[in-house]
Amino acid sequence: MTPLAKLLEAALFASARPIATDELAALEPDASPAELQAALDELREHYDVDGHGVELVEIAGGWQVLTRAEYTEAIERAQLAARPARLSGAALETLAIIAYRQPIGRAEIEEIRGVAVGSVLKSLHERGLIDVVGRGEGLGRPLLYGTTPVFLEYFALRHLDELPRADELAIALRAARPEPEPVAATPDE
Amino acid sequence: MSVATPPYSAAIGATESGFVVELTTFSGPLDLLLSLIREEQVDIYDIPIARICEQFVVRIRTLGLNEAAEYLEMAARLIRIKAQMLLPRGDEEGWEDPRAELVRRLLEYQQMREVVDVLERRGEERRNQFSRAYLPQSPAPPQAPLALSLAELLSAVDRVMRTVARPNMHEVIPRALDVPGAIAILRGALAIKARIRWTELVERTAEPWQILSTLLGLLELAKLGELRVAQVKPFADVEITRDAASEAA
Repeated sequence: MTPLAKLLEAALFASARPIATDELAALEPDASPAELQAALDELREHYDVDGHGVELVEIAGGWQVLTRAEYTEAIERAQLAARPARLSGAALETLAIIAYRQPIGRAEIEEIRGVAVGSVLKSLHERGLIDVVGRGEGLGRPLLYGTTPVFLEYFALRHLDELPRADELAIALRAARPEPEPVAATPDE
Repeated sequence: MSVATPPYSAAIGATESGFVVELTTFSGPLDLLLSLIREEQVDIYDIPIARICEQFVVRIRTLGLNEAAEYLEMAARLIRIKAQMLLPRGDEEGWEDPRAELVRRLLEYQQMREVVDVLERRGEERRNQFSRAYLPQSPAPPQAPLALSLAELLSAVDRVMRTVARPNMHEVIPRALDVPGAIAILRGALAIKARIRWTELVERTAEPWQILSTLLGLLELAKLGELRVAQVKPFADVEITRDAASEAA
């Protein structure tokens, strides 16, 4: 491996969170973005081709070394690590709505889901998957929610655009997702 | 989401006897409605409201959902749509399908369910991979462990020691008091004179140990009743006299 790839490997090993590309770049200021990408590719290939128990994954706008799924059972059985609890259906529905319509207020989410979502929002917020991103224009200036980097990590998404676009879904309903209006999205402060 | 449907008659009987089926089977009235539409295999754009509405009401009773406000609200909505459908359409041109709003909501919900499927799959994939360590999000970055060599530590200790002022050391020399000696002197002095002053007993140049010895000897003899100690007023000279009683004895 090249020295840069080794350096990246060490940094990725040291971190428990995905490391953003620009953070990786700060490790070796002399390296060009192309060299950095080449080193990342080299490291990924090293793990994939030579046969390693871990792999390099691009996640939440950064990079992370993860164990391969085939070893999860054994690791969990030996109680060396435990998988996080699954999200409930209600939590997933609420997250899906927020991911597509952010920033969005509670009333709108309830309108789409047809049920009250107060406690679900609270627990999603506690888990760091969503955050308050502003206040709406309407009555009482409702809190508006959006997804966080933790959300991307949880679902192993590189960025939000990786989710299928509304018009790619089997039942397309373009009117349901109008172009975002910046006026309504930003609080007038 | 598929649901095993119990035979209606039996299930309704169970509901009446207070048996409540898990609420979590459906995540909401729209979910239940969608599953009915799928089961009945009807066109979502042309929902036979009467049939679906009936099924919905039966189902929420079966599942014991009739206490959940959201399901009741949906039931009421369906009944209203059903009623609107029954009204004669006066003008075919201006007629708006009373089901349109419901269809829009169902489609929107259906779309969201598809996203849920994507998220569920992605989440499950990620769940099956461990990162190097699971760390709960901490508000502040953890403090770096102290990196220090022995030489650095010792030189730091040295620096600290130098700034500390040298302690003021005293040499303590033990000087034993001579109480028996002082008693002998006192007895001798009182044998010559019946009355002595403290200032006569203790010279001005006396060492502290001599003063203390004399004081302790004095107190000892006073206790034994060999002499009396008197002072006319505070800070006045102390007068020592032979005790009359002991003299008599």
